[in-house]
Amino acid sequence: MDVRAQISMIFHLDKCIGCHTCSIACKNIWTDRKGAEYMWWNNVETKPGTGYPTKWEDQDIYQGGWEKKNGTIGLRGAGKKKGLLNIFHNPNLPVIDDYYEPFTYKYLDLIESPAMDDQPTARPVSLITGKPIDIKMGPNWDDDLSGTPDYARKDPNLHDLSPVEQEAMFQLERMAFFYLPRICNHCLNPACVAGCPSGAIYKRGEDGVVLINQKVCRAWRMCVTACPYKKSYYNWHTGKSEKCILCYPRLEAGYAPACMHSCVGRIRYLGVILYDADRIESTANTDTGNLVDKQLDLLLDPFDPGVIEAAKENGIPDSTIKAAQYSPSYKFIKEWGLALPLHPEFRTLPMLFYVPPLLPVMASLSHQDTAQGEKMDPIAKFWNDNWLYDTSTEDLWGTIEQARFPLKYMANLFSAGDEEKIKTVLKKLWAVRIHRRNVTVGDIAPEKVERALREAGLDAPTADAIYKLTSLAKFDERFVIPPAHREQAIEMLEFTGDTKGSIGFGFKEKAERGL
Amino acid sequence: MQNLFNTLNNFFLIGLPYIALTVFLVGSIWRYRSTKFKVSSLSSQFLEGRQLFWGSVPFHMGVLFLFFGHLIAFVIPRGVLAWNSHPVRLIVLEVTAFIFGIALLIGLANLVYRRVTNPRIAVVTSRMDYFLLTLLLVQVVTGLWVAYNFRWGSSWFSSVLTPYLWSIFALQPDLTAVSALPWVVKLHIVLAYLIVLLIPFTRLMHFLVVPLDYIWRPYQQVIWYWSRKEVRKAWTPWSLQRPKNN
Ligand code: SF4
Ligand code: SF4
Repeated sequence: MDVRAQISMIFHLDKCIGCHTCSIACKNIWTDRKGAEYMWWNNVETKPGTGYPTKWEDQDIYQGGWEKKNGTIGLRGAGKKKGLLNIFHNPNLPVIDDYYEPFTYKYLDLIESPAMDDQPTARPVSLITGKPIDIKMGPNWDDDLSGTPDYARKDPNLHDLSPVEQEAMFQLERMAFFYLPRICNHCLNPACVAGCPSGAIYKRGEDGVVLINQKVCRAWRMCVTACPYKKSYYNWHTGKSEKCILCYPRLEAGYAPACMHSCVGRIRYLGVILYDADRIESTANTDTGNLVDKQLDLLLDPFDPGVIEAAKENGIPDSTIKAAQYSPSYKFIKEWGLALPLHPEFRTLPMLFYVPPLLPVMASLSHQDTAQGEKMDPIAKFWNDNWLYDTSTEDLWGTIEQARFPLKYMANLFSAGDEEKIKTVLKKLWAVRIHRRNVTVGDIAPEKVERALREAGLDAPTADAIYKLTSLAKFDERFVIPPAHREQAIEMLEFTGDTKGSIGFGFKEKAERGL
Repeated sequence: MQNLFNTLNNFFLIGLPYIALTVFLVGSIWRYRSTKFKVSSLSSQFLEGRQLFWGSVPFHMGVLFLFFGHLIAFVIPRGVLAWNSHPVRLIVLEVTAFIFGIALLIGLANLVYRRVTNPRIAVVTSRMDYFLLTLLLVQVVTGLWVAYNFRWGSSWFSSVLTPYLWSIFALQPDLTAVSALPWVVKLHIVLAYLIVLLIPFTRLMHFLVVPLDYIWRPYQQVIWYWSRKEVRKAWTPWSLQRPKNN
């Protein structure tokens, strides 16, 4: 057992309101520079939708991630052979138009315009060429467009849904969507690291943050292809790749990353997870059906004396072990089994986990659905405009099965197609709601509450704990950041404000492009 | 007149190679050590990918073949001569090399065209890039010209130029054979020195950092600042320890 510590994140999708505050916080700190304008280390997508870059999930186009062939895994579009052979021209590299051409407006034209009959306009200009452009794309171009043929219907996750199921999703009255905020997953088996020919990308042993050494990157741009989440970006100006750094300078100082700190919906949690590095390879190599289970198996119980012993052996500080014991991530992932990785089938073992959204599911009941309506409690019918929040149907889990979002769709996102897993999670979320409704409103028969909790595999105290961490948690409960140990934190020792806005973190050299 | 000619010969064929090599060696080491951030292949594929294929791939293939061709003739001239002793083999070699030369020219032409016509690429093009492209273009054209007009290059390179180049490296420059060569050949040689000289000041730097160690490196890289075995021991002397990776 090779115990290591990893900073792991939870995004609770039911709570995301799609405000993009996280994206802006990140942009203002890290990517407001020439060459980085188009990068959104944190972006928020509407699902169903094509995302950013367009259709990033479709690996037939982008060839990202690992694939299993003849018993071993290899990088799909990069790796030693493909990476070196394609070094002169990478056939799988997305180009700027797959993201969008960054733009600004000529605001000065508004101010300096002479008096005219017409209103002056601020034309959009490209941030690359400086010439006027017609804006064709943006990082959240399909925001809230849940049913559109150009975006929602081209969502790669719909590929194995039957036409009937798809049509059902896009019926005007049933249309639903949710937000999917994404950052780099700081994977355990990172494809970007493996794809980089220069060896510029590495995972920090102490906390698992994946970073690109800007001085070693040589613009072979294979990480962009290799990362299946398209979270490594090429800076066209400096000729270097860049990616989310999980705000490690903030982490080391005890602050939450900027996107998490600023999150309006408070959907984000961050904490330490202990894992067994010896099993990374065999886990990434397992059959698709077992991927999620095996990945969760990697994560170790921080209370187990054996694990603690091994962690100490490996030089993990006591404070980090303690942080792992209080980690909200551990609770969501392991104790409660509520969080799942995004696209585990890419086999990078992502360390950002999502609590799948329940609300769109619940909105599946409509006034017209008399069959369901008859089963409902009078209290649920009380709001007779719509029966959206029916919490007491006769058959407890019926609404989950008839969800507006087919379970299959959620499964394609969060469990490599395993619908049972999604159902288990949704049942738990649902049971917590039933339980809490009983506590606060008290209109549900106790037997029914008990049955709901039992069938979901929860008990009342656990349900309360879930409720508390989900809805009431304060900053210190959402972000349990291990003390930095200044004596070990090297990046922290450099003064880094100097080059803000020019080159990125920790540079004293000027951000000049090579010759 | 003869004197001037001699001086020029001495400068370009004896002085320049030494200057070029020194500048190349010192300059590259300086550049790598002091401005490491700027060492990059500066790929522009992200801004334009399709045209680049028809430029970059034939260009690099051509360069690689011809560079190693020249290198082999320099290192094992006798081997090349022995190979060329059979006319069929000689022609196969010459024709292959010429085809790669043409590929190089086509690639280069495409690259120049792309840089000049694509407004996005123009943004990431420096004056040095234009200069370098022009230089390379002239170099390739003279190379093809020489190969076509003064046959058979692979043979006379091995017997005339190789001794001259060796004499440079042996610090006993001997111009007797080269000074009689036609001016195009000399131009080709001089431009080659110039290109070597320019390496530290151009994007050509990237060929010095070709990531060959990728072949034997393990895929995953984890970096620990401190030794994991020592970090928790009370007697670890921090003042004496240096963290890795910085
Ligand atoms: S999400 Fe992509 S960039 Fe981030 S660690 Fe994983 S493979 Fe690398
Ligand atoms: S700030 Fe939070 S709630 Fe707002 S879009 Fe980002 S993740 Fe969602």
